[in-house]
Amino acid sequence: MVEWFTFTQIFIALAAGVLCLVLGFAGRTPSDLSMGPIALVAVLLIAQLVMAAIAPAVGNHPTGSLLEFWMYQIAIVIVPLLAMVWALVERGRWSVVVLGVSGLAVSVMLYRMWIIWTVQGA
Amino acid sequence: MSESRSVTERLSAVMPRLVGTGTLTVLVAVYAVLVMAAVGRSAFQIIDHFSKAPIAISISGVSALVYVLAMVALIVHRGAWYRVAWVTVSIEFAGVVVVGAITAFFPDALGPDSGNAFGDTATVWTVFGQGYWFVPLVLPLAGMWWLKTHPVRAGRAEAAGKAHA
Repeated sequence: MVEWFTFTQIFIALAAGVLCLVLGFAGRTPSDLSMGPIALVAVLLIAQLVMAAIAPAVGNHPTGSLLEFWMYQIAIVIVPLLAMVWALVERGRWSVVVLGVSGLAVSVMLYRMWIIWTVQGA
Repeated sequence: MSESRSVTERLSAVMPRLVGTGTLTVLVAVYAVLVMAAVGRSAFQIIDHFSKAPIAISISGVSALVYVLAMVALIVHRGAWYRVAWVTVSIEFAGVVVVGAITAFFPDALGPDSGNAFGDTATVWTVFGQGYWFVPLVLPLAGMWWLKTHPVRAGRAEAAGKAHA
């Protein structure tokens, strides 16, 4: 994983998650304002997946378990996409809260992936 | 609609429509995150190092099953599934309290390092769900609250179920 890209993603996912939670609890239904940031998170995660696949070949090796890392890497891409599909199917305020939950989950999972990639010893 | 429509509106227009699932949507979404966590964690533990702490890792696997069943039961929440939801959510609560207490007060009781919520023999319930911001401790209570406030016409649905059976 690339450090600056990872932490940029964590920050964006966290900000997008909090924004959607606020919008959802304020009673707003899904709009480009809530869907846009989560879509950005999803696009970044797909870029992250490609980068993780290439990284070992260009000398960026994980020190932790590759199996555990890839379980996270695949699941994490699905999370915001599912939340977005849900928001398109049910256009209510709670779907925006779900978008927010997906943003927070992604940020935590990214942090965990960074730990797995860079773990020392073990 | 005279004003220009947003991307969200245009995409949404071609999708099937669901309305009124309300707070259940959020509950199920949080369950889905924990299902992912519990299933992913236990699958990795069983594949990678089951023999390191068979008891703790078995509990981890059981917790994954409980979360999957609870989530499905909450989604369906009709007839018998309403009762399944109560049972699984209760098991979930008992699990997080009992396993949480054992791992918090007797850190090595379930195997080496099993009291470390961030270790490789932890379950989602270890130290009351410490590794997941204690969401596993609060979630079953939220589930019980939802079930209690939405008594899904259990009698009628059951009667209908029997009539068809």
